[in-house]
Amino acid sequence: MDLTYIVVFATFALYIGIAFWARASSTGDFYVAGKGVHPVANGMATAADWMSAASFISMAGLIAFNGYGASVFLMGWTGGYVLLAMLLAPYLRKFGKFTVPEFIGERFYSKTARLVAVICLILASITYVIGQMKGIGVAFSRFLELDYATGLGVGMVIVLFYAVLGGMKGITYTQIAQYCVLILAYTIPAIFISLNLTDNAIPQLGLIGKMADGSGTYMMDRLDQVVSDLGFARYSTQLSGGELNMFVYTLTLMIGTAGLPHVIIRFFTVPRVKDARSSAGWALVFIAILYTTAPAVASMARLNLMNTIQTGPVGDPTANLEYDKRPQWFKNWETTGLLKYQDKNGDGRIQYYNDKNPEMAKKAAQWGWKGNEMVKVDRDIMVLANPEIANLPEWVVAIVVAGGLAAALSTAAGLLLAIASSVSHDIIKGMINPDISEKGELMASRLSMTGAVLLAGYLGLHPPDFAAGTVAIAFGLAAASIFPVLMMGIFNKRMNRQGAVWGMIAGIGVTMLYVFQHKGIMFIPGTSYLGDMGPNWFLGITPNAFGAVGALVNFVVAIIVSRMTSEPPEHIQHLVEDIRVPKGAGAATGH
Amino acid sequence: MDNKASEYWRANIRLVSILLVIWFVVSYGFGIILAEPLNTIRVGGVGLGFWFAQQGSIYTFVVLIFFYASRMSKLDREFGVHED
Repeated sequence: MDLTYIVVFATFALYIGIAFWARASSTGDFYVAGKGVHPVANGMATAADWMSAASFISMAGLIAFNGYGASVFLMGWTGGYVLLAMLLAPYLRKFGKFTVPEFIGERFYSKTARLVAVICLILASITYVIGQMKGIGVAFSRFLELDYATGLGVGMVIVLFYAVLGGMKGITYTQIAQYCVLILAYTIPAIFISLNLTDNAIPQLGLIGKMADGSGTYMMDRLDQVVSDLGFARYSTQLSGGELNMFVYTLTLMIGTAGLPHVIIRFFTVPRVKDARSSAGWALVFIAILYTTAPAVASMARLNLMNTIQTGPVGDPTANLEYDKRPQWFKNWETTGLLKYQDKNGDGRIQYYNDKNPEMAKKAAQWGWKGNEMVKVDRDIMVLANPEIANLPEWVVAIVVAGGLAAALSTAAGLLLAIASSVSHDIIKGMINPDISEKGELMASRLSMTGAVLLAGYLGLHPPDFAAGTVAIAFGLAAASIFPVLMMGIFNKRMNRQGAVWGMIAGIGVTMLYVFQHKGIMFIPGTSYLGDMGPNWFLGITPNAFGAVGALVNFVVAIIVSRMTSEPPEHIQHLVEDIRVPKGAGAATGH
Repeated sequence: MDNKASEYWRANIRLVSILLVIWFVVSYGFGIILAEPLNTIRVGGVGLGFWFAQQGSIYTFVVLIFFYASRMSKLDREFGVHED
C-alpha cells in the first residue's frame, strides 16, 4: 500500500505543479487557453478530458459482465468523434466564441435560445459529474481503505481544489500529463495480463489469440465455455436489451459525444479551422489506444475472476474457493462494501453462478448450492481489482490507482469548467450583468464550480447506475438537446429561433420524462412517478439509451415549427454562409 | 451565396455523406445488424461481427477522420477558402 501512496502523491504533485505554473490570468486563458494549443497537444488533452472514470474505471467492468452487449460503449464513445470532426468542430471553431450557448444564442438571434441551451448543458454536465463522482468515490475508497461515502467526500475536496485553481489553460497542460499517466496505467497491466493468459503480449491480439497454457484453445472460446458452464450468458454473443436497443444506445452515445459542451469547447482552443479537423482525429487516436485495449482487459479480467473463484470443474465440491483462503484483493474490496459474500449453504466455500438461470439453478440444487453467494460484485471495481486478481507486482497496482484518479479528475475538471463558463459567461455576463469585470467573471466561475461539485457529490451518494451508466444518461441529455440544434444551425439555413427553442425543449423534455420515470427525479430514489408502467416500455429501449429518440423528437419538432414561422433575418443567413468556409477565422472572442 | 461558395459547400457535403455511409456500415451494419451472420467468419478466436463491434469500427473511425481532414484541406485550397 505504501507504494500506492507514493505514486498517487507524486502524480498529484505533478498536476498541481503544472496547474500552478500555467494558471489562468485572463478570461481567455480561463475558458479557451488563449487559443494557442497545438492540434496534437489539444488532441491529447481532449482524450484525457474525454476519458473519464467511466472509460477508465467503469467501462471494462461493464464489458466484462455484458460481453458483446457492451460494445455499445466502445462504438458509441468513439464514433461520435467522426460526427464531431465532420459536422460540428470546424464550423464552431470558425464561429469563434467561448461557449456553446453563445453560438446558439447568436445563430438563433435569441436570448431565450441561449438560456434554454445553458439549462440543457447544465443538466447534462451535472449528470455527467455524478458519474465521475461515483468513479472517484470507488477509487478513493479503495486507495484510502474507507467506505464509499467517505471516499467520495475526499474526492470532492480534491476535485474542487484542482479545478478552481486552473481554468482551461492549467487544465489543458495538466490533462496532457494526465493522459500519459492514465494510458500507461491502462496498458501496462493489460500487457502483463495478456502475456500471462494468452500467446500474445499485445492485448488487442491477445483478445483474438490462443490461451498461453498450450491447450490450443482460443481465449474467447475458453471464456464463453467458463461463463456458460456457470449459467451466465455466452460472452461473445450476449445482447444488451436486444438489437434495437443496442442500435439506439450506440446512436445516443455517438450524438451525445458530439453534443457535450466540455468536448466541443476543446475545439475552440486550436489556432485554425484546419486544426479543429485534425485535432479531432488526434483525439480519437489517443482515445482508441485505450478503447481497443478495453475489450481485452474486460474479457481477461472476467476469465481471471471466474477462474479464481471456480478453480476446477463445476459441480466438484472442492473446486470452489474456500472463503478463508480468499486472496488479499478480495478482502480489500470487501472493506469498501463494493464486494459482498454471503455463505448461503454454509459450506465455507464460494459459489458464484447465475441462479436466475432455471436450468443452472436446478443443477446447482443437486450439488447443494443454495444460490449465488457473490451477492454484490460492483462492476466499477473490475479495472482497479484486475491487476491484483492477476497477481501483478504492487507497482502496477499503484499506477492503476493513479491512472483511475487521473481519468476522473481530468474529466471532472473539464466538465466543471463547462458548467462554470455557462453560468458566469452565458448567464451572468450574457444576460444579467454585461458590464461585469473580468475579475468578477472569474470569481463567479469559481463559485459556480463549487456549487456544482457539492450538488454532484450529494447526488453521487446514490448514483442512478454504475459510473458508465450514469455517464450514458448524461450523453442522452446532450444528444437530445444540444447536438440537433447545433447541426441544424450549421446545415439548415432556414432553421429559426422558434424551431431551435421548441426543438431543444421537446427533445430534452421527452428524454428526461423517460429517464426520471425509470430512475427517479434527478435520480433521487423513490421519486419516480407513473409507477405502474413496465420497465423499458417504449419499444424495449432502456432509459440510458433513450437520448437518440429525444434527438429525433428535437429534429422533427424544430423542423415543423420553423416551417410554420418566419424565416431567420438576412444577417443570420449570411452568418451561416460565413461559418461554412474556413477563410477568415480569427481568434475567438468573448463578445 | 455565390457560385463558387455553393460549389465548395456541395463538394463538402458529398465528401461527408460518403464518409458517413462508411461510418454507419462498419458500426451499425457490421457491428450490430449483421453481427450474427458475420460471426460465422472468424478473426482468430472471435467472430467478425464481434471484432467489428469491439475493434474494427474504432480503427475505421480514426482513418475516416484523417482522410476527411486531408481531403478538406485540399478542397479549401482548390476553392481558395483556406486560412493563410
